[in-house]
Amino acid sequence: MSVDTSKVATSNRTTAATTSKPGPAGSLATCADDRLGLATVMKKNLRKVFPDHWSFMLGEIALWSFVVLLLTGVFLTLWFNPSMGHVTYEGSYDQLRGIGMSESMASTLNISFDVRGGLLMRQMHHWAAMIFIASMMVHLLRVAFTGAYRKPRELNWVIGCILLLLGTLEGFTGYSLPDDLLSGTGVRAADGFLKASPVVGTYMSFLLFGGEFPGESIIPRLYIVHVLLIPGILLALIAAHMLLLVYHKHTQWPGPGRTEQNVVGYPMLPVYAAKAGGFFFMVFGVISLMGGLLSINPVWKFGPYDPTKVTAGSQPDWYMGWPDGALRIMPTGWETVLFGYTISWNVLIPILLLPPLMLVILILLPFLEGWVTGDKRDHHLLQRPRNAPTRTAVMVALMTFYGLLWAAGGNDIIAIKLHASINQITYFMRVAVFLGPILAFWITRRWCISLQRHDNDKLLHGYETGVITRSPDGQYAERHLPISTAAAYTLTARDRDEVFTSQGDTDAAGVASPNSRSEKLRARLSTWMYVHNVQKPTAAELEEAHHHAEHEAELTSGLDHPVDGHQFDDHRLRDTDDVPLRDH
Amino acid sequence: MSNDNHTPVKHDDSHVPVHAAAEPIADPGLAPHTWRPTDVDPRAEKRAERQIAAMFIAAMISAVLFVVAYFSFEVGDNWDTFAGMGASTVSLGVTLGISLLLIGVGIIHLARKLMADAEMVEMRHPAASPPEDREATLEALNAGLDEAGIGRRPLVRNTMLGAVGVLGLPAVVLLRDLAPGSTLDIGKLATTIWEPGMRLVRDVVGTPILASEIEVGDLINAAPEALFPTEENGYPELEAGDEQVQKAKGAIIVVRMDPDDIIAMTGREKWTVDGIICYSKICTHVGCPISLYERTTHHVLCPCHQSTFDLADSAKVIFGPAARPLPQLPLAVDEEGHLVAQSDFNEPVGASYWEREKQ
Amino acid sequence: MRVLNRTAGRLSRHRRGPLAGLAVLLLGLLISGSLYTAFAPAQANNQASETDQVAQGKELFLASCAFCHGKNGEGIPTVRDGYQLGPSLIGAGAAAVDFQVGTGRMPLASPGAQAPRKPVAFNDEETAALAAFVASLAPGPAVPNESDYSIEGLSETEREEAISRGGQIFLTNCTACHNFNGSGGAMPRGGYAPSLHGVEGKYIFEALLTGPQAMPNFSNGNLSPDEKRDVIAYLGSIEDNPEYAGFSLGGLGPVSEGLFAWLVGIGSLVGAAVWIASHTTRSKKSKVNA
Repeated sequence: MSVDTSKVATSNRTTAATTSKPGPAGSLATCADDRLGLATVMKKNLRKVFPDHWSFMLGEIALWSFVVLLLTGVFLTLWFNPSMGHVTYEGSYDQLRGIGMSESMASTLNISFDVRGGLLMRQMHHWAAMIFIASMMVHLLRVAFTGAYRKPRELNWVIGCILLLLGTLEGFTGYSLPDDLLSGTGVRAADGFLKASPVVGTYMSFLLFGGEFPGESIIPRLYIVHVLLIPGILLALIAAHMLLLVYHKHTQWPGPGRTEQNVVGYPMLPVYAAKAGGFFFMVFGVISLMGGLLSINPVWKFGPYDPTKVTAGSQPDWYMGWPDGALRIMPTGWETVLFGYTISWNVLIPILLLPPLMLVILILLPFLEGWVTGDKRDHHLLQRPRNAPTRTAVMVALMTFYGLLWAAGGNDIIAIKLHASINQITYFMRVAVFLGPILAFWITRRWCISLQRHDNDKLLHGYETGVITRSPDGQYAERHLPISTAAAYTLTARDRDEVFTSQGDTDAAGVASPNSRSEKLRARLSTWMYVHNVQKPTAAELEEAHHHAEHEAELTSGLDHPVDGHQFDDHRLRDTDDVPLRDH
Repeated sequence: MSNDNHTPVKHDDSHVPVHAAAEPIADPGLAPHTWRPTDVDPRAEKRAERQIAAMFIAAMISAVLFVVAYFSFEVGDNWDTFAGMGASTVSLGVTLGISLLLIGVGIIHLARKLMADAEMVEMRHPAASPPEDREATLEALNAGLDEAGIGRRPLVRNTMLGAVGVLGLPAVVLLRDLAPGSTLDIGKLATTIWEPGMRLVRDVVGTPILASEIEVGDLINAAPEALFPTEENGYPELEAGDEQVQKAKGAIIVVRMDPDDIIAMTGREKWTVDGIICYSKICTHVGCPISLYERTTHHVLCPCHQSTFDLADSAKVIFGPAARPLPQLPLAVDEEGHLVAQSDFNEPVGASYWEREKQ
Repeated sequence: MRVLNRTAGRLSRHRRGPLAGLAVLLLGLLISGSLYTAFAPAQANNQASETDQVAQGKELFLASCAFCHGKNGEGIPTVRDGYQLGPSLIGAGAAAVDFQVGTGRMPLASPGAQAPRKPVAFNDEETAALAAFVASLAPGPAVPNESDYSIEGLSETEREEAISRGGQIFLTNCTACHNFNGSGGAMPRGGYAPSLHGVEGKYIFEALLTGPQAMPNFSNGNLSPDEKRDVIAYLGSIEDNPEYAGFSLGGLGPVSEGLFAWLVGIGSLVGAAVWIASHTTRSKKSKVNA
């Protein structure tokens, strides 16, 4: 089955490639190289190999929606007026005509109602922002669940986490700009958060707002942060993220011929470039359809911001929902006055401590894991989530924590849609955010371990054919058949877990070793991480199991109707070299 | 290594995994390349070509339709509608979306069906530089540092670091005028525009409120009269920015309940007018305006984080994250029977802040 | 059905269709005709019929309402979980009855915080009789006339002003519970402020006037009748507006938007990624000239 790939055609051309006279593309390349000397770099990278798997394209959704954000955002800046100057609206929207508002709200209404395509672009920009952050998150989960953040990619993980933070801040500054009732309510809550910061909070609030809330400075200040500062940093970090990706080469799933030393896939030019480019158009297209068909943030219904007005369902955009949920489920009255100074734990904990703590935990994950396992090797082969049960369970616990807080942030909508009581939902969440993650951790870890067992069963005893045989003495049994070599190899292409053991409290000379305490902790954590994991079978165990299977086959071969079961599946077709796969 | 024979590039032996020998199953190597119908069947190839071209042509048509829609559907004060929706937005979004999707699907179809799809193998290299490069770089670094001599001259090094560090001060100080001059007076948080004798007016319309016209169960979203200056009441016009600031602090809710239901706090017995009671509208949690009032329970709920206050019982917090009751505005009636404030609030309104108790 | 419609954003143009004049004429004839038939013969025994109506109302009241509200509408002040079993109706007025019974909220299926709207149990005549009976107990708000809650009688400019003023009053007094879109919102302990979509102007006016269930009232001393009318006009006008931006996703704000971003946006794009990376069909044949 092994193939010499150097002899397999890598092109669909029917004639051999020759170094004939360069075509127009070639002469352009020559012209450019004369001046820029790009050929040395491009020689490696034009045909750089990228492995193909759907889960490797999630980050691309984020990248392409960022491009859509840049395009639609530039369009919006042509009309948007980030000023809190007071005007009377005289535009096309009847219900607000004659109402006083800020110029930023008036120009937002102008973009929505008097610029053709303006409403579409506003909505595309907003949907793209929601998708941008959502896809960063899905991408982050993929990277974490497959262990792609291990050495040498820890730094890229850190960059990714910072991108997520910046994307969130970018979203907040963006949805605050129209100065409508909902965004103003959000800014007012943000003012409350700032004021809850100990010692400097009040001054921070005054400096940000240019005096007392709301003042006349916040929108222009948020605007410059939104269109210049954060996008600039985002662009730089995205570039670094991608450069590191190219430098490290993409991780890949283990399989026949796919090892830690190589990367198997399609070349950048043409297949990968076409798929990535095509995906850009698809992301753009989906966002256009959403922008045209699904209403988002109808600012005209909220009306201009007025600090005396409020609406039911005042929520932030989804990515701010979880700290908002944490705010909502804080017990009543957590505020202390210490030496005459007020400390608002009810805001401090959920907004100023919890989100930064979660970010730090996220950033530290690969380093913590590396420290506990003591693994200093480079990893380019991904792990299936089940083969790292503790990591998977930790991630699911974090997701559960996040998800419960997220739901708490929508408790009023859940209450009306499910005919429940907000009070009951809140009481439930106060307990569930602590118990839920523990339960999720335990269930996930056990689940992973039983999946590992199932994999070993398949390796040792084959897969369940669904064929029931009856022995002469009337006993029924399901026939198990061996899986293909390729499938079996893929299942075994993973490392055995090595529990870290402490070297003991003292060194050879009897002196207490300086790191003994942390070493012991490390050993304990390593044991906790690995102790229940199921390891892949050894060669001897496999041998033994196959021997047993052959023995059974021999016993049944004497029967009247020897059934090997393979007539019911396509294994015969798949396992032979001459007929590779069935044509569907 | 079992897969040596099918990798075209030479191998870096230092990266052979330690456990390779102990692997239970040997790597069978890459599966042989197999052809697609489009590779071996000219008809399938032609069909794919036609499909892809059709998608690109349809994308062109959709893009042209976008232009048509742009010019044919009106926006502004006379929107064309399409099935009850704004025709312009919907048609522009749909035509643009379809055009983009068809281009995307076409290109990907091209990649999947017609571009060469033999998998290639590329060898990885360790992320670290080769040891000789590393050594050379370290050497250069040390040589550079040595020639600079900074390490040998701690006085120069420390004063230089100090100078650069102190430069942080101007950078921070420069931000001081984000709130220029007296606008940084945090003492302003303690007071609002309310003053003794100022009339309560209905928000939006600005009309004064006759105590006798208010019924039990009424909720009035009210404001200080100074925010609705007229020639009659003589209050000065406020600048737009200042007006928002005063609105943000001065907003109130007025409710009337059965006077027997009110559990007045000591010292606040005279703050109500015949069951009419008035509180700040600004939540003490993070400052959302609240007016989700239930007349049956006298509870008012904040829509942002569900803090619930009992207006009959000095607006004590009975649920949700808030820690302090809503500030109460002492009420009286003037000679015409209109509701007026006895004074400003006796505590800062809105969200808590560090210096709150000091003011 | 015409799918593509040129409707007007400006309010006045709604009423400028080519057939509008004819329709108004016909409607006018119809109304004056029916008014004549309704009132002309009744003139003589008006007094008598009012007494009859109160008597009929009392009969209905005793059968359907007295269990909770007492035989004379004095209420059964059983306080349970903070709610009265049946509040006193003395002084509730005809408007309250017309709202509660006319929207099917009363008779209540079971006592509780919420009285949901449901199919009406009484016909118009019976509702009017019940209203007359309750109004006879003590003076209270009367059922409003159409001119109270309709802006039909105003000039075009006045209407536009009424609508934008109504919007501001709505955002100040109503959206806190009923949401910016009138989609409704959650209240403490399982209560909710109902959706205002498709609620007749008369009922909105009556609800403001009488404060049904937990809702505070907005009596005429609080929100003048004209201001109530403006709110109703605003709500009518946003219902008349096209959905400028596509499907409104329930008009619930960022929560439903987030749900759609994940389900539709991420859902379809991950689906696309699966398709892009999936393996294509393979042929059994080999390429001859490979």
